[in-house]
Amino acid sequence: MQKEFLTGNEAIVKGVLACGGQMLTGYPITPTTEIIHYWAEAQIKNDNLKFLQTEDEMSAGFAMIGGVLAGQKAFSATAGPGNVLMQDAFSMAESLRLPTVAFINQRGGPSTGTVIYSQQELNLTCFGGNGEGLRIVYSASSVQEMYDFAIKAFNTAWKYRFPTFVLSDGYSAKASMEIETYELAEKNIEIIKPEAYLLGDNKNDSVNLRNCYNLETELNMVVEESKKAFDKIASDIIEFEDYKTLDADIVIVAHGIVGAAAKIAVDSLRKDGIKVGLFRPITLSPFPKNAIRKILKNKSMILVAESALGQLENLLKANIYGLTVEIETLQKAAMGIDVEEIVNRVKEVM
Amino acid sequence: MINPAFPNSWKNESKPHKFCPGCGQALALKALGYAIDELDLAKKMVYGCDIGCSLLTWDMFNVDTIQTHHGRVIPTIVGFKLARPDSVSVAFLGDGGGYAIGAQHLVNAAMRNDKITVILINNANYAMTGGQLAPTTMVGQVTDTTPDGRKEEMFGNPLHGPEMIAKIAAPGAYIARTTSNNMDDCKAKIKKALQNQIDGNGFSFVEILSMCPVNWKTNTQESLDFIDKKMVNVFPLGEISQEGMTNNQITNH
Repeated sequence: MQKEFLTGNEAIVKGVLACGGQMLTGYPITPTTEIIHYWAEAQIKNDNLKFLQTEDEMSAGFAMIGGVLAGQKAFSATAGPGNVLMQDAFSMAESLRLPTVAFINQRGGPSTGTVIYSQQELNLTCFGGNGEGLRIVYSASSVQEMYDFAIKAFNTAWKYRFPTFVLSDGYSAKASMEIETYELAEKNIEIIKPEAYLLGDNKNDSVNLRNCYNLETELNMVVEESKKAFDKIASDIIEFEDYKTLDADIVIVAHGIVGAAAKIAVDSLRKDGIKVGLFRPITLSPFPKNAIRKILKNKSMILVAESALGQLENLLKANIYGLTVEIETLQKAAMGIDVEEIVNRVKEVM
Repeated sequence: MINPAFPNSWKNESKPHKFCPGCGQALALKALGYAIDELDLAKKMVYGCDIGCSLLTWDMFNVDTIQTHHGRVIPTIVGFKLARPDSVSVAFLGDGGGYAIGAQHLVNAAMRNDKITVILINNANYAMTGGQLAPTTMVGQVTDTTPDGRKEEMFGNPLHGPEMIAKIAAPGAYIARTTSNNMDDCKAKIKKALQNQIDGNGFSFVEILSMCPVNWKTNTQESLDFIDKKMVNVFPLGEISQEGMTNNQITNH
């Protein structure tokens, strides 16, 4: 275990290398580009690593799938409009139950937006594509979590065979922080080994994979089966942070970097005698539905804080349907939310 | 040479094939099947297919296959080859997938000289969706979206894929155009394109002219004539390099 001073993008690459990531296919886009730089640098020093800077994000996504089919732990990284283009590939991974890992550092939207920051890619990352959103999405709140979740994402993806994402943002990607890096053995984390889905060993018959079906009933069965598998594994995957909600009168719900700010706001407000807590979903998909419903049982008010106009709020509402709890919001599209704003907003709505 | 009625690499369970009667793609894929047999590639090869009529080949062969999205078979196969350089990786797609919706992938794979084999069907229209304008539709040709014929001033001239790719390809690339109504030439050029990948020389690309009687609204003889009397005049057969046509010899046993 050691302390290192890293940017979020550096931490991601270190995490990927620590857990045996092998192949990056990507297309530069701010604020994610450095992931590609660092990987290219790592690749020239290590023949076992593969790298391709592709012609666009569609190519990056499908080349990643090609690598996965060949048995590589392949991944990609993108943001904003690149995330839009890469949905084409994620949708195929979802259809074929292929393990893929993608790092999404959110930038402002819609459209080209800004290259800087937002939390506006929640809907796209959780539900993008013409399907049912059977994806695993971790939301990282710090550079440390970008490292930790990089490791976690590969194991989750290859264990459960669903497209897996680490959602972060431009601020965290570019900020340098001191974090703890480690060998997996130090934390007793076992690496899940990949397998080749095409041209694998010990095969007699050919493997023919498709994502296109002739009949409605055929596709219906495939999707129902995937959904059943997804629901079954959800409880193994779901993660959240419950911070001082037990006696709280108000529960702040926030994810990612806004969740980190909210945590500081909780401590600050409690110093003033205001009983407030934080619920931070770490997995946005599958969403920690049972946990939040349990926490909110005897609560009368939630404050949803997010750098978007209701993406987290809508996700939350769908999961707490039927509970009677007042919902207040602090929402700023594509802008950061600092601790004082959260403190002030809590005082305002009390 | 006497071939078996069907290539050994064809998958029996998925026959008869799913193409329309008279479709040239089945012949092109028969040529590919014989090429796989003769080069003994069934266990070393990965075959990817695009969307459109090409998706009907997802279980055509007794080789490992992947069916992808429209235009995206080339990057999928590029990724596979990157991960498994020892494999023989083949992308099969139509003129829409290669020259329109996925043109950037074809161009960049050629530029990088990726050691893959791309086989592209040119039937001068978008067939699976019912016969619309393709980049390869000839001037004057009637399609559903050019009801009074392709007009140059509106849609330009048909794209010449192999000639375009030859301009950007690296030394070692193999680029050719053949036709599905000549089994010998079709197989010979496909074999060369596969061998070129096996030898690690460079990017390999074969465009195959192919009959589409349903959308051309032609009978058997008219379909053959459409290729032999119209298409080959616009899309000349042969092997093509940066300097142009280098070998217009057609294999005929």
